[in-house]
Amino acid sequence: MVAEANVSKQDLQRQRTLQTLRTVFMPLGQLILFIIGSAVVLGLIVVVVAFFLSRSDPKIMQTAIAILPQVMIDGMVRGFLFATIALGYTMVYGVLEFINFAHGEIFMVGGFVGAGVAYLLMQWGLLSTLPWLVFVVIALVVGMTVSGLLAMATERVAYRPLRNSPRLVPLISAIGMSLVLQDVVRLIATSSPLGFNARFETPNFGKPFQIASIPLGERAIPVQISPKAVIFIVAALLMLLALNYLVNATRLGKAIRAVAQDRATASLMGINVNQIISLTFLIGGALGGAAGVLFGMNIGTVNPYMGFIPGLKAFTAAVLGGIGNITGAMVGGIVLGFLEAFVASYLSLFTGGAFSGASYADIAAFSILILILIFRPEGLLGESTTQKV
Amino acid sequence: MAKNPPHTPETGLWNQLNAWMTKGPAGYTFLSLYTLITSALLITNPRTSLFTDIVFVLFLLLILAIYRSRVALGFKIALAVVALGFVLPYFGTLNPYYIDVATQAGIFATLAMGLNVVVGFAGLLDLGYVAFYAVGAYLWSIFSTDQIGNMISGATPVGAGWFYLFIIIGLVVGGVFGVMLGLPVLRLRGDYLAIVTLGFGEVIRVLAVNLDKPVNITNGAQGIKDIERPPLFFAPALKALGFNLDNNQLYQIFFYFMVLVVVLITMLVVSRLKNSRIGRAWTAIREDETAAIAQGIPLVRMKLMAFAVGASFAGAMGVIFASKQLFINPPTFDLLRSISILSMVILGGLGNIPGVILGAVLVTLLNIQILPRIAEVLRSAKDAGLPIPQSFDPTQYQRLLFGLLMILMMIFRPEGILPEDRRRQELHDHDDDPVEVSTS
Repeated sequence: MVAEANVSKQDLQRQRTLQTLRTVFMPLGQLILFIIGSAVVLGLIVVVVAFFLSRSDPKIMQTAIAILPQVMIDGMVRGFLFATIALGYTMVYGVLEFINFAHGEIFMVGGFVGAGVAYLLMQWGLLSTLPWLVFVVIALVVGMTVSGLLAMATERVAYRPLRNSPRLVPLISAIGMSLVLQDVVRLIATSSPLGFNARFETPNFGKPFQIASIPLGERAIPVQISPKAVIFIVAALLMLLALNYLVNATRLGKAIRAVAQDRATASLMGINVNQIISLTFLIGGALGGAAGVLFGMNIGTVNPYMGFIPGLKAFTAAVLGGIGNITGAMVGGIVLGFLEAFVASYLSLFTGGAFSGASYADIAAFSILILILIFRPEGLLGESTTQKV
Repeated sequence: MAKNPPHTPETGLWNQLNAWMTKGPAGYTFLSLYTLITSALLITNPRTSLFTDIVFVLFLLLILAIYRSRVALGFKIALAVVALGFVLPYFGTLNPYYIDVATQAGIFATLAMGLNVVVGFAGLLDLGYVAFYAVGAYLWSIFSTDQIGNMISGATPVGAGWFYLFIIIGLVVGGVFGVMLGLPVLRLRGDYLAIVTLGFGEVIRVLAVNLDKPVNITNGAQGIKDIERPPLFFAPALKALGFNLDNNQLYQIFFYFMVLVVVLITMLVVSRLKNSRIGRAWTAIREDETAAIAQGIPLVRMKLMAFAVGASFAGAMGVIFASKQLFINPPTFDLLRSISILSMVILGGLGNIPGVILGAVLVTLLNIQILPRIAEVLRSAKDAGLPIPQSFDPTQYQRLLFGLLMILMMIFRPEGILPEDRRRQELHDHDDDPVEVSTS
């Protein structure tokens, strides 16, 4: 009897571990599926369009195919950027049904803190001697802490007093918070040695990895990915896994999900709702801050207004994936990133330079937002909800 | 602690004074003296200085005092006509700076009233409102300059006299754009709508920057200059009356009066709309969409109408603005402009027309008069050796100002300075906690 019970207990234990593993790693599979899917679909579209255009100009087809791999890599980097920011939007939305407009600025603050850390390390002469992994970890930890705490503070100051007000009231407050953060950071940055356009110093990460080289006429078009981009992608994936574990496999995550489902009932079950909401902001802010650090490291400079447009696009990504859904936010970010990279690279090629792709990429992103909201407001992975009366 | 219902008049010293000053013989004397003294001070001190600034602000607040007072309507109108119709334009001939401030305040008052229709009446948060303004401004700029030749080959700019027709066209085109934005986003809930309208505003701005290729329509980031102004039909009459003014002064006074007329028309239209069937339908939608549908309100049509009405005011104002400024470029129509119009509406009091006008005047004054003045004071303080950061220039920190304004208003007085009664009730539904101090 006892042995039997033990066996079933072990079984149960094993089943539970498997279950956990599945909930943690399944999103990764979905993500990879979507990466491959959007790459294939967009690649095919490019090839088809290039085929029709190549009747008038045979070189278009060659060029289009030669730059394709590089565009895909760029799209992936861009996608992971939107994805990590979108996680913060989606978590807060899931819990409070509220668009944290200031989240783009939390991302920007992360970037600035990273740049500040790098600047200090350089002043102390440690930057060139530090191994790159240590540098990345220090910058990330400091950036995530500051951004997370800042997000928590904004919630405490500007959103919590308005929690039971009509919907638009906290949203307006959040817009105000976004503007305040932009200018406060600008004030601090311009009166510190960093300046408005702060350089993000990094140790030497080495040369870009050369993946392939595609011959095109006399030239060869290299396909390469910089080590910083690889760090970005790996870090983003690790964060997704950690977040998934936290939300789906821990007591804390259960509490978060309970609050998201029904705040009043959750509080009756003994969950400290205010604490959980604070924690949600902390986690979302920390993720946004990490994205800021990684983005700043990638680009090389940060400025106080850099958070706005990525923030907006990350929100688009969150809506695209189904707002409130963590995997959805990642997937939405990836799809949007790919789309933007494709528009940015191919629009001017296909129109013979008449439209500059880089500036129309923004328009493409917002058009996607509008289309999604009209035809599938619940997003790619979201469940359809009806409005409660 | 005594529980004060929000509507009983309080009995503080200020309120007693207020009540005594605003009605009866005291009210008439006070208002007349106020008008006389501020007008006299303005006209005798026409040079731009801190003192004149303060008098000017007091002078503009006179309009508010007239509005709030309880004297005979005829007396109110007479005072307002004297102040706005004679004193201010005459003062404008002495110092063009102040009449420009007044004109800008009027432009923003119209925009704020238009946005108020969308945000205040119908409860749809529109963060891309300035896009409609841009549409109107670009419309007149393109048609009145050589840009039109790029778009339609062989076309020549329309004459200056077409200006008045183009105000109407701007109105219509603005309304059409409002419907165009409204149609796809109508099914969205409030906060999604805010983001989509913001995206729409950005799209219009990006288009304005980028539509110089393949066909040069907007002249890109350089903007369009030498925009046509309407003919000065009244100049000979003024000359005959003995006013010797140069062209610039004439135009300033002309645009001042034009904006004043547009503000009055807008006020009339908007307040009539508010108390109409349509306005009540908007209120119903704002307060509870589902209940509004259940009452048989055609939701789509009403929301579209709110968008169209709000946008059309902006479109018409855009035409006037372009012609007043002579030059427009895409940064004039960035998000910050939308936000500043929104903060005017919020500051003054969502849904309340006098409140919104007050908000527009206050924010405009703050923006182009008070902030530069503070900057000057800070600069002299810095020269005197006070520790003020080198890079701190208050005129460059509008975002901070608007942001703080929005947060503080939302937390402490979400109904605005001059609240609308219904909204005050709506926002203070939860205030039955006796510990909370009533804000009204």
